[in-house]
Amino acid sequence: MYVYDEYDQKMVDERVAQYRDQTNRFLAGKLPAEEFQHLRLRNGLYIQRLAPMLRIAVPYGLMSSRQLRKLAYITRHFDRGYAHLTTRQNVQLNWPLLEEVPDILEELASVEMHAIQSSGNCIRNVTSDQYAGVAQDEIEDSRPWAEIIRQWSTFHPEFNWLPRKFKIAVSSATQDRAAVQVHDIGVRILNNDGVTRFEILAGGGLGRTPVIAPVIRQNLEPKHLLTYLEAILRVYNRYGRRDNKYKARIKILVRAMTPAVFAEKVDAEWQTLKDGVGTLTDTEISRVKGHFTIPPYETLDDHVPEIDDRIADNSGFSNWLKQNVKPHKQAGYAIVNLALKQTGIPPGDITDKQLETVADLADEFSFGEARVTHEQNLTLADVPKRSLFSLWQALVSAELATPNLGLLTDIICCPGGDYCSLANAKSIPVAEAIQRQFDDLDSLHVLGDLDLNISGCMNACGHHHVGNIGILGVDKKGKEFYQVSIGGSGFEDASLAKILGPSFARNEIPDVIQKLVNVHLDKREGAERFLDTYRRIGIDPYKQAVYTS
Amino acid sequence: MNQLIIDLEITTDVTGPLATLAEFLAADQKPSAVLIDSDEDIESIKEFAATLSVIALNFPSFLDGRAYSSANLLRREYGYKGELRAVGDIRIDQLEQMARCGFNAFQLADGQNIEQGLERLQGFSFSYQPAFNREPLFRARAS
Repeated sequence: MYVYDEYDQKMVDERVAQYRDQTNRFLAGKLPAEEFQHLRLRNGLYIQRLAPMLRIAVPYGLMSSRQLRKLAYITRHFDRGYAHLTTRQNVQLNWPLLEEVPDILEELASVEMHAIQSSGNCIRNVTSDQYAGVAQDEIEDSRPWAEIIRQWSTFHPEFNWLPRKFKIAVSSATQDRAAVQVHDIGVRILNNDGVTRFEILAGGGLGRTPVIAPVIRQNLEPKHLLTYLEAILRVYNRYGRRDNKYKARIKILVRAMTPAVFAEKVDAEWQTLKDGVGTLTDTEISRVKGHFTIPPYETLDDHVPEIDDRIADNSGFSNWLKQNVKPHKQAGYAIVNLALKQTGIPPGDITDKQLETVADLADEFSFGEARVTHEQNLTLADVPKRSLFSLWQALVSAELATPNLGLLTDIICCPGGDYCSLANAKSIPVAEAIQRQFDDLDSLHVLGDLDLNISGCMNACGHHHVGNIGILGVDKKGKEFYQVSIGGSGFEDASLAKILGPSFARNEIPDVIQKLVNVHLDKREGAERFLDTYRRIGIDPYKQAVYTS
Repeated sequence: MNQLIIDLEITTDVTGPLATLAEFLAADQKPSAVLIDSDEDIESIKEFAATLSVIALNFPSFLDGRAYSSANLLRREYGYKGELRAVGDIRIDQLEQMARCGFNAFQLADGQNIEQGLERLQGFSFSYQPAFNREPLFRARAS
């Protein structure tokens, strides 16, 4: 993974000092709250319903065991012994003290971490594919490009006060695990006749007005990546709306200008930057790529007979293997997912002890690294197949082996009304009620892949628009209600979910989901996925089942 | 008289009144100093950039980031060499970002401490991205 040099370290150290100064001035009454609000947000600190919330940046979700242990220490020492993984591959603390945040940042900086630009109207933490570097369908490792974008966007002086927040995702595999079509900018890495080229999408997003991003540039040479991004950001910074925060995202600008005109405008700006000082050098590309080399894999047989024996006499292991373990591009290795979706625990929450266990297991089985996924789970990307059974046993003891990855109960869920001051409704109890309704693992496996996403408000942190089933918390005269939509996808076949009809009370939701699932089981052809059945038969049968019975 | 920071020194403003962009564009005899608001088109003064000695860019609110891009265009693309002044809602925590975009003069908002502003002006030791008079860090790393 990327390791800081003296320059990177100095930047985060200077940021800690700068933020400490801002916090001290605020606490001394010398920095007005309305100004400090925007300064602290650019450092990931929100003031929430019950306490502040600190969002720690995890660039493209990648962490070392040392960083995991530091997070465990921080949650224990400065918080309540647990952390929350987010849909943007970051980590959140729910109970830090505002006056202790500079100390937390100093701890983070000691392990090459920070909270820079994890909120505010600026370029946020860049996200990528959690299987980067190990996926069988990968074209090229996306992490070096994500790291290059991370550095470019860090403290960008011109783009720190944008009309609205700005999110960039990078994907480089046939399957899009980074949801590039619903980001402000999506970077797709492609291979054209043996050379790397980028396809750039702009103006996608969720929130109040969900939009699938159009492609605005094809066949971009890698060395031009940063100058092209700069051109997009400059056009957005100059022309994006600032009069209405609900119309301030780049998607509104791209739509208003039309993608073609927006692309022309960006191109005209880019012509003034192209081949200039911001053009990436081969030296820099090689330097960053040099941090993402292939780990020292052993030469192993891809088939491990011991696994067959274990499968035969252990259904727990067998279920986990089938659902949570994915194929690896290196023979004899596997990608292991730790689904943090155990019933009764808020989706994405992980305790200090579990963080330490993951660190130990990463050291023992996966070259000391782990990844946060945008589905709020963790991944150990490089596990030798012969160690899978031992790893599974250790994960079972740590309650990290729930075998529901990608299934209905692997719910993406924002913190909602339990924590967030923006929320219209709670989301965690809804997730739990659904998990309790669908507690039979065999039936879930029969049902197959089904993404269920819950957001507590229109800001769509739970990505409800791209759930096969999406649930949105709404406020009706001070009461919590839930709008259900179906048919969304955040992957390469991206689509936005359609609203079924009038919203439901919270206690009705498990039954509504059951009815939707029943329609699917009734109408599916063979082992068809929920999404494919819906696309084939349309929304009416689902509506009918939910509203007329 | 107003106090300003110009080129890392605290000084008194001796420029006199600034022409608005409308006045500037309408004038037969072009003034040497102009004030441009954040919603006004910076491109309209491109052809006059070489003859101006003071361009003041207004920040109606510290949250309005448009003038950072105007500064970039003036310095990098239009080759403007004169004084580039930030005026309006200018807070000391943003000065170093403004400087890296090419501002060299700052008229702070009421209540801001100008000495503290001067201390915070230089900010970070490095710049990951190209900035005014600075190559991106990746070029420095290589040399």
